[in-house]
Amino acid sequence: MAKGVKPRVKVPKSASAGDTITIKTLISHKMESGQRKDSDGNQIPRSIINRFVADFNGQNVIDVTLEPAISTNPYFQFDATVPESGEFKFTWYDDDGSVYETSKTIEVN
Amino acid sequence: MKKSVLIAAGLMTAGAAFAGEDAILSIEGEEFVTEAAAPAHMEYVDTIYSGWTFRTDETQALQTDDFDNPAFVFLDQAIDQWDTVEGSEGKACSSCHEDVADFAGLKATLPRVEDGELVTLTNLVNECVTERMGSEKWKYSGAKMSAMTALIAHQSRGMMMNVKIDGDAAPFWEQGKELYYTRVGQLDMACANCHEDNYGNMIRADHLSQGQINGFPLYRLKNAKINTTHGRFKGCMSNIRATPFKEGGPEFKALELYIASRGQGLSVETPAVRN
Repeated sequence: MAKGVKPRVKVPKSASAGDTITIKTLISHKMESGQRKDSDGNQIPRSIINRFVADFNGQNVIDVTLEPAISTNPYFQFDATVPESGEFKFTWYDDDGSVYETSKTIEVN
Repeated sequence: MKKSVLIAAGLMTAGAAFAGEDAILSIEGEEFVTEAAAPAHMEYVDTIYSGWTFRTDETQALQTDDFDNPAFVFLDQAIDQWDTVEGSEGKACSSCHEDVADFAGLKATLPRVEDGELVTLTNLVNECVTERMGSEKWKYSGAKMSAMTALIAHQSRGMMMNVKIDGDAAPFWEQGKELYYTRVGQLDMACANCHEDNYGNMIRADHLSQGQINGFPLYRLKNAKINTTHGRFKGCMSNIRATPFKEGGPEFKALELYIASRGQGLSVETPAVRN
């Protein structure tokens, strides 16, 4: 079980219809690759975030598969076009089965 | 002198490394003082500069947005720690202190003298941890302590550095000044040799700053964690091949007071981002 996992997201509070907005996301996670050994020579089991998904009003925006070589605290920045007011939903899937969710609303006028 | 050095250096290197020299630090719409007239007690320096002005454009940019600033990951951890019950008394920080925002202004005035002793923010936190929470002392520059002191110091962001150097603080300040100008170690260097005589110049690949501590505790890209003033002093001393003083010891505390006083007039930037 990964400890201290905390998602952080930055989405503009408002935008004009059809605007392209920049979304930044970061989740604090140790992203243990599974390649390392501890001081006794035992392999440290892999523990990473393996999938990241962002949805807008139920419609998928991005869906990313994460691999073990990705560093601690994976950060994603991407653009999205918003046609209407709604809610962005962000979901991270952990190797241990945990799912971390957070959402942000955006006002489009 | 400094400007001419920069021009010469700019011609030799990409130039971009120094492009931020006259840039204005603005974080989330708030402007910061990164350049000010030196306080009266500084004899050899006219203008003081925040370490931010010496960094590359990319490093500078990291600090202008609280989301991009990696230090906030650690501040988030400290916010969780704030509510975590620890020790025999069954108390968390939040049991006594309603809101961490109440500490606004504290960092700007530290270190200060209390009952004849110089105390730093770390000392104050540890006093709470041991006496009021009944827990084991936190390690001086440990992860938990550096994150917590960064969180508390962050509440003072944007305020002016303003430590007391007269009255009962005077002997400590004098001791700090003495240390600042005393050559030590195999390379026989004092703080002043780099940070007063040569700021703006390159020491091998490093661009020397004035060694201001207004942004501490801060995030260093070098080791990807929060760094404390005493940890940084220790690093400097190792670099000049001296035996570092003890973190939290009287020498470093006095030095912290003196260096803080050299930054009077700069904004607190905690948590800053440096290389």
